[in-house]
Amino acid sequence: MRRRIFPLIGLAVFMMLPPLATWIGEPYLVSTFTRIVIFAIAAVTLDLLIGFGGMVSFGHAAFFGLGAYVSGIIAHHAAEQITLFGLPATDQALIIWPLAILVSAAAALVIGFLSLRTSGVHFIMITLAFAQMLYFLFVSMEKYGGDDGLMMLERNPLPGLDMSDDWSFYYLCLGLLAVVLFILGRLINARFGMVLRSIKQSGPRARSLGISSLAYRLTAFCIAGAGAGLAGALMANHNGFVSPALLHWTLSGDILIMVVLGGIGTLYGPVLGAVIFLALEEFLPLAFEGAGLPGFKEHWRVVFGPLLIVIVLFAKSGLYGFLLGKEAADV
Amino acid sequence: MSEPALSLSGLNKRFGAVVAADNLELEVAAGEIHALIGPNGAGKTTLIAQISGELAPDSGRIRFLGRDITGLAVHERSRAGLGRTYQITSVFKDFNVLNNVILAVMARKGQGFGFVRPARSDPTLRDPAMEILRQMGLEARARDKAGALSHGEQRQLELALALALKPKLLMLDEPMAGMGPEDGQNMVEFLQGLKGDCAMLLVEHDMDAVFALADTISVLDYGRLIASGPPETIRTDEAVRRAYLGTD
Ligand SMILES: Nc1ncnc2c1ncn2[C@@H]1O[C@H](COP(=O)(O)OP(=O)(O)OP(=O)(O)O)[C@@H](O)[C@H]1O
Ligand SMILES: [Mg+2]
Repeated sequence: MRRRIFPLIGLAVFMMLPPLATWIGEPYLVSTFTRIVIFAIAAVTLDLLIGFGGMVSFGHAAFFGLGAYVSGIIAHHAAEQITLFGLPATDQALIIWPLAILVSAAAALVIGFLSLRTSGVHFIMITLAFAQMLYFLFVSMEKYGGDDGLMMLERNPLPGLDMSDDWSFYYLCLGLLAVVLFILGRLINARFGMVLRSIKQSGPRARSLGISSLAYRLTAFCIAGAGAGLAGALMANHNGFVSPALLHWTLSGDILIMVVLGGIGTLYGPVLGAVIFLALEEFLPLAFEGAGLPGFKEHWRVVFGPLLIVIVLFAKSGLYGFLLGKEAADV
Repeated sequence: MSEPALSLSGLNKRFGAVVAADNLELEVAAGEIHALIGPNGAGKTTLIAQISGELAPDSGRIRFLGRDITGLAVHERSRAGLGRTYQITSVFKDFNVLNNVILAVMARKGQGFGFVRPARSDPTLRDPAMEILRQMGLEARARDKAGALSHGEQRQLELALALALKPKLLMLDEPMAGMGPEDGQNMVEFLQGLKGDCAMLLVEHDMDAVFALADTISVLDYGRLIASGPPETIRTDEAVRRAYLGTD
């Protein structure tokens, strides 16, 4: 019962957020909400890997950042009217975003193929290493701003939508989050998802049944990479700016924390995780300042670490699992 | 019967100083129940692991249904018709009993890449899976988490997973271990009923079960095959008595 109701309540709340922000006289909050929704997309796709595939990737920001850079770079070429690989560049979202998804998925195919030979801590480290490699690659690309990143003059236009309107963009991102969740929900209950979850429980047993675990995990890795690529493209549009920080390992860590916080393997949990993480990131420093502890402002994570430990210790399936109670166990 | 289901030639496997397979030569005829016995640590489980592909032999060849499978991966051997159960129960504990078998049916059909329709409610998977549960007498437990089953029931589910693959050779690693006499007897009858459907390589310490079921018995000691033949000859074999059966 709760499993059906909570997502609907969540959707209703997200729908209400922009008018609510205006009503309380803080319309700029729409930008924060958009950030939350975009990170939620990245987090739910990472949960496909961790919660359903047993692959703890510490490099999810690589695909997020790649998606962002694809948007940024193509838009840059379009603005400067320089061709890209001999083709005229466009700024159309309907072309750029699918490309961002594709490039991220392709990168996931390569990185996944090389990383999935390992498991456990080695897998964590190798995904981290690949992500950092890409990070330094973009740092070194002077042509695209290097360390300083790349500005986007305006959001990629989408027919029928005023992209410069923050409300429209928010609802677009929310719609895409809903689509991603819908797809993942089908996927994990379909044959593919069942196989993936069986591999998570016991790889050797699944293989003894004739299941090629590498093929399934690699496919999941690509799907998750594609989703992160979409989130990255949205983030580039949201910020109007891309920089190597979008691929940095700390961002991979942030997304990972959102998943753990919200609930590993709960599908919707990471959305809650993104809400809480980004809300804390935004408001904890202010709270410290308000409490007369400005010294803590920079170190809001000191509260965060213990909070995370408490959650991991007491709610195995994160905050969402805590909300669901007994129902958390069944998918 | 012309071609053997399985034949091993010159199989060697060492773990440091421990010899788990010592130049093994072994054939399992099509359709027979071939029992593999031997003291603890003789190398029985290690042998099954080499046949199923989880462990690579140091040297030697493995032929299955006339085809050299030595270089194949575990899942490829399974797809070729090798099924196995584990000495230590290995079922998918977070799935319910029915979904465990549905997974195996899906794996046999090679249909894991479905992304849209729910697998659980698909009759082409559910019906054959239920049929196997009925055979095993587990249908009343279909909706229960596999992790919540009793030890004996988990052993049955373990076997159900292997059977769902419709293997041509079924390797059973101590299927009766930890079962009471009654469950053990049921298992013997069940395996008897399977006879003819597929060849079996049966590792078992329960000698009554072995002698009741086996067409051929091979005896392993320190990785070495010390005897192989029909039950009558094994029962009276001097070397076997010394190594394993004890004097009674
Ligand atoms: N992965 C491994 N690494 C090192 N030694 C191993 C390994 N696997 C098995 N051995 C050793 O190889 C020998 C054979 O083990 P194996 O499990 O095959 O015996 P078994 O005949 O199945 O015994 P049991 O009847 O107790 O199940 C044992 O001495 C065991 O300790
Ligand atoms: Mg053993």
